[in-house]
Amino acid sequence: MTQRLKLSVMRHGPLLTTITIFLMAYIIGAQLYPAMQRPQAFFNLFINNGFLLIIGIGMTFVILTGGIDLSVGGVLALTTAASAALLKIGFSAAFVIPLMLVMGTAIGLGLGSIIHFFKVQPFIVTLMGLFFARGLAYIISLTSVTITDPFYKYLALTPIYMPFFEKAYIYIPTLVGPLLLLVAIYLAYFTRFGRIMYALGNNEQSAGLMGFPVGRTKIMVYGFNGFCSALAGIVFSISLLAGYGQFATGVELDVIAAVVMGGTLLTGGVGSVIGTLFGILIEGTIISILQYNGTLSSWWTRICVGALTLIFIGIQSGFARRKKEL
Amino acid sequence: MADSQSLITVRGISKAFPGVVALERVDFTLRKGEIHALMGENGAGKSTLIKILTGVEQPDTGSIELEHTLIRIRSPQHAQQLGISTVYQEINLCTNISVAENIMLGHEPRRFGGIHWKKLNEMARQALLRLGIELDVTQPLGMYSIAIQQMVAITRALEIASAKVLILDEPTSSLDANETARLFAVMRALKQAGIGIVFVTHFLDQVYEIVDRVTILRNGSFVGSYDIADLPRVELVAKMLGRVVGELQALAQDKARGERQPDERRLIEAAGLGLSGMLEPLDLAINVGEVLGIAGLLGSGRSELASLLFGLTSPDSGTLLIDGQSVTRFSPQESIKRGVALCPEDRKAEGIVGDLSIRENIILGLQGRYGWFKFINRQKQDEIAEKYIKLLGIRTPSPDQLVKNLSGGNQQKVILARWLVTQPRLLILDEPTRGIDVGAKAEIQKLVLELVKDGMSIVFISSELEEVVRISDRIVVLRDRAKVADYDHAVSDRTLIQTMAGEA
Repeated sequence: MTQRLKLSVMRHGPLLTTITIFLMAYIIGAQLYPAMQRPQAFFNLFINNGFLLIIGIGMTFVILTGGIDLSVGGVLALTTAASAALLKIGFSAAFVIPLMLVMGTAIGLGLGSIIHFFKVQPFIVTLMGLFFARGLAYIISLTSVTITDPFYKYLALTPIYMPFFEKAYIYIPTLVGPLLLLVAIYLAYFTRFGRIMYALGNNEQSAGLMGFPVGRTKIMVYGFNGFCSALAGIVFSISLLAGYGQFATGVELDVIAAVVMGGTLLTGGVGSVIGTLFGILIEGTIISILQYNGTLSSWWTRICVGALTLIFIGIQSGFARRKKEL
Repeated sequence: MADSQSLITVRGISKAFPGVVALERVDFTLRKGEIHALMGENGAGKSTLIKILTGVEQPDTGSIELEHTLIRIRSPQHAQQLGISTVYQEINLCTNISVAENIMLGHEPRRFGGIHWKKLNEMARQALLRLGIELDVTQPLGMYSIAIQQMVAITRALEIASAKVLILDEPTSSLDANETARLFAVMRALKQAGIGIVFVTHFLDQVYEIVDRVTILRNGSFVGSYDIADLPRVELVAKMLGRVVGELQALAQDKARGERQPDERRLIEAAGLGLSGMLEPLDLAINVGEVLGIAGLLGSGRSELASLLFGLTSPDSGTLLIDGQSVTRFSPQESIKRGVALCPEDRKAEGIVGDLSIRENIILGLQGRYGWFKFINRQKQDEIAEKYIKLLGIRTPSPDQLVKNLSGGNQQKVILARWLVTQPRLLILDEPTRGIDVGAKAEIQKLVLELVKDGMSIVFISSELEEVVRISDRIVVLRDRAKVADYDHAVSDRTLIQTMAGEA
């Protein structure tokens, strides 16, 4: 029994570490800046980082298969620019939103197909996807386009008051990330697709010989990430009520860092979307602390995330070594 | 050949690859409930035959019948659907997902559209129990030993594909005696259940222990199928090789007759050398021009000893003298400088660079000694490569052949050549003959004896006792990570086995 307990601690060690780091960071922040003790400060993490969580979920899937997707920021920006432009010339939100989701999914499926059928490194294919998508966004408009669509405005400005917490609120799009997280957990743990995704990341050749549809799964994972990027783009454009090719530059790297902090191995096969949630919350907490401080440069966020990621990789390999010894 | 019990009947199969005929008019019959060994030297056509049976390759001519129906096996997936499953030496499962998933995924039970985990785990547990194995199926597969992983692979083959034919391609080459026994128990249970097993192995002992019939191939042609009870060992080997039997015997005599006068100069002297958790402190002495055999089961500490001597790991107790000088810094670079070389056990992962040519692999060794920036001109490279190809009898059309395209035995010779160019004084060979055919084994043994004649010292680690006894001047026996005995060359196999097993 103790052996089992040990094994289970070993297996979930990285995840527990991430959660602990998040709690510690948040508690320290709350001690330094009492404003962070308000429930609203916590909900703000979700309001401000919802789009990161959405991409993070898709990115976790991609990384679990042993791949990487650098195109996410481009697809996000393209989605904001394209939807702003379409809304401006009079298309309804009911048409634009599904269209954007289809577009994002199609880009993802396309990139995944190139990776699979032409056996090209995901890094280079999705880098190309990033250039392609961000370039297209600038072709649509060189300047930021404001969104005046009433439905978008309604979504952006209507707070939902949280039960149990007085005066704490979120917005409707804030719910998208957590809901997607539930869907992702179901996909990852309760479907054949999800389990094959894990198997694939461990050993693609073996997975193929076990009779799993390796290619289809891989392409679908990139398609799912494209969908997530477009969804994140929609959430992003709602919160800023604008579309612009320059939005969220470098977001792919922030997301990858969060996924790694969440305990997902870049080599594939190990990790979880729950970990990614906490990875993103850690990034969000650091940003909040710096904002409450007000005097430090916002670039400290990057430095902290860099240092934490590094520490985290150390902890992870420590766990891996201990596991081997058991 | 046709009998009512036959599961698979292969008639007149031929297969040619550009430049080589891999199989020529081969017949093969597998009956229900039999374990059938497929034997032959490397290059005999075993793997081509297996590739045809598993749908990886298509035969040029000939027919395959499965339960008296003519079939064409289109792909590995198709073979599985037909009930022909293969478990390879390198296990094709995923170590990060649970044992249960590895067995059931693809046929997983569902509830409300999602995977029914409880039922899945129970089904996997039952499936393993039917083979007499009980384990926690919810743990990741990687937690378990290679042997268990192999059984899981077999279980998957039986569960998912409901296999009628099971092909085991050298399943025992990385298992120790206990694990092999366990695998054999499973094989016997399957045999009882009427499943036909094709068993590929290099171990003669195992063939005589478990096999019912044997089919022998030589140079792509069919030699014959025999009941194992009617085929004495010597004849089996003779049929596999024809030519080499005499050589093997000559080698044994050579050793007996040679009676080299061992040099009294000490090359290596270890006192209380050990590393906690890996190897108990031990004393060891190796003279110049001597073969020191290391005998021990898998996990007895033999590879650990090799890595200590080579400086891959640093000891935490004792001293090591090379040439009377104490070694203070343990690192492979230091060891190479002092003339110590190690051919590791896992040649694919640790020894060769498969995508480089033979010439480049051999030159790598020299480059290590000369330093990375000294350029060795092409003519010199060719000379050196030619010399060692000839010396070691590496069978290749050209020195520019990629190493990955060579057979196991020839790959092993390339590694040897790579170390020999550096002219080491102590060569540590960790399982140099594993997974290579009997002929190549004899050649490597002969080579070892020639090298010591020239004054090189050799540490020879092998799990094949006959081999250790045949070529060693002295034999050290390891058990449970400690040295238990030190014999001279006159020791018998039997005494060794008893010592290794802890009976003596």
